[in-house]
Amino acid sequence: MRRVVIVGAGPAAMSAVAELRRQDYQGSILVIGAEPHMPYRRPPLSKHPLPTSHAQLALDQAGRAEATWLLGRSAHHLDRQNRVLLLDGGDEIPYDGLIIATGVRARRLPGRLHQGRPEVMTLRGFGDLARLHGRLQRVTRVVILGAGFLGSELAATIRRLGCSVDLVERDRLPLLGPLGPVLAQRIADEHRRHDVRLHLGRTVDRLHGTDRLDAVRLDDGTTLPADLLITALGSIPETGWLAGSGLVLDDGVRVDNTGRAAPGIVAAGDVARWPHPWPAGESVRAEHHDEAVAQGAHVARTLLGDPAPYAHTLAFSTHIHDMRLHSVGFTGKNYRLHVVKEGPGGRMLAEYRHAGRLVGAITHGYIRDLTTTYRDLPARSCHEPSATSPVHAGQRAAQGAGGRGCVEHA
Amino acid sequence: MHVTVDRGRCDIHAQCVFEAPAVFQLDDDDELVYDERPEAVHRPAVERAATSCPVAAIRISER
Ligand SMILES: Cc1cc2nc3c(=O)[nH]c(=O)nc-3n(C[C@H](O)[C@H](O)[C@H](O)COP(=O)(O)OP(=O)(O)OC[C@H]3O[C@@H](n4cnc5c(N)ncnc54)[C@H](O)[C@@H]3O)c2cc1C
Ligand code: SF4
Repeated sequence: MRRVVIVGAGPAAMSAVAELRRQDYQGSILVIGAEPHMPYRRPPLSKHPLPTSHAQLALDQAGRAEATWLLGRSAHHLDRQNRVLLLDGGDEIPYDGLIIATGVRARRLPGRLHQGRPEVMTLRGFGDLARLHGRLQRVTRVVILGAGFLGSELAATIRRLGCSVDLVERDRLPLLGPLGPVLAQRIADEHRRHDVRLHLGRTVDRLHGTDRLDAVRLDDGTTLPADLLITALGSIPETGWLAGSGLVLDDGVRVDNTGRAAPGIVAAGDVARWPHPWPAGESVRAEHHDEAVAQGAHVARTLLGDPAPYAHTLAFSTHIHDMRLHSVGFTGKNYRLHVVKEGPGGRMLAEYRHAGRLVGAITHGYIRDLTTTYRDLPARSCHEPSATSPVHAGQRAAQGAGGRGCVEHA
Repeated sequence: MHVTVDRGRCDIHAQCVFEAPAVFQLDDDDELVYDERPEAVHRPAVERAATSCPVAAIRISER
């Protein structure tokens, strides 16, 4: 292999570059990235204090010299027969090995609702953050649509800046899917304690204001005064450019348990959908910084001809107001929550079980237990004899704090 | 190899503890404790920890 091309310049790409060189790959590496920036960390984008410069977020600069970076350019077609990539300007880029690392983009409000209003925004990248900073100087009333991790973290961060925050969520509790009802209820209480107004079981159905936004109407008729509407509606894998490539696209790029999508092509990070450890036939796509880093390195080795089953401990954390949640393994409303211990100040440690099997653990305040007792949890549960499970084959695993923890050890 | 964690930035995401448990640990109060001068064998794990830290709090230098 003499020419590796990586599409997408995020943490998965940066980690793949580092691993290719660590494995003594001597050929060329070209990274094509749509954003004008070198790879950076997104987690701080929604957390207090909001970062003010790209330098604060940058990943290891050493990777800069290890590859050629074509930034501000997009791939828009993949021709697998001729092993050629077509870029937005029409350039053709040949490759021997291809790493797909294009991540996800934010799902937006339908156009008929936002009508191109500049006061309606979302947050995925550094460019969005720069715009958000500009807006936050001038507004006092913020409505956030979607109370997942992004919406809930942003609600907390923006409350600290002194704005009023209305948080609108279609589900009956914030983060119900990824955390399950017990913890979702605690998140709801935490929002209320910090004067975030929750509108649960609701969505936005109209925006008011002629020159600029002045209110948001909910589907029950409630009108919320607003200077800014931030949508946090989840994400869509960036696979549009792979249409017609023959790769299996199914809410992400399907890969096998080594990360391979097709001969000479691997995928990593938010865009990659992996086989689920159990039950067989399910698949899972995680959206975690740490997973992107681990997967990027793993698929680099697969591409170089050293394929191994991917088995990385999935670990996630989020900070919402004064609540710091850490989890490992699989979490969410599809699993039964079993509280292991509780302590002062709301500290708690709980396990998630599925058909009697331990699949994940979560804590507020007992982080050390997670990093010790539960650190090998995903691998351990994979080695148990496969349970007959009530989950239908083909059904997707809960995402968010959940996600993949390991793959089947064949 | 010299490892430093910027305490102003570190938000106890604990990714480093998962990636390099021989070097990074949590104490009884869930505060981060770490070995500032780990053996060279831990370098790959420490590098992984630095890349995985979501807030870029870990610095590795050669002194
Ligand atoms: C606000 C926010 C907060 C988050 N908080 C956390 C957190 O607390 N903890 C956590 O673990 N994770 C968090 N995440 C998720 C984490 O940032 C992602 O999992 C991680 O960025 C995934 O890395 P990646 O390399 O797969 O993709 P990305 O970082 O999305 O990088 C992909 C890159 O590819 C580019 N691209 C897309 N299409 C093309 C194309 N056709 N051609 C060329 N380039 C293209 C994109 O522009 C992008 O720059 C957060 C994300 C956001 C947005
Ligand atoms: S990963 Fe970073 S933020 Fe988390 S404990 Fe380690 S140094 Fe601190």
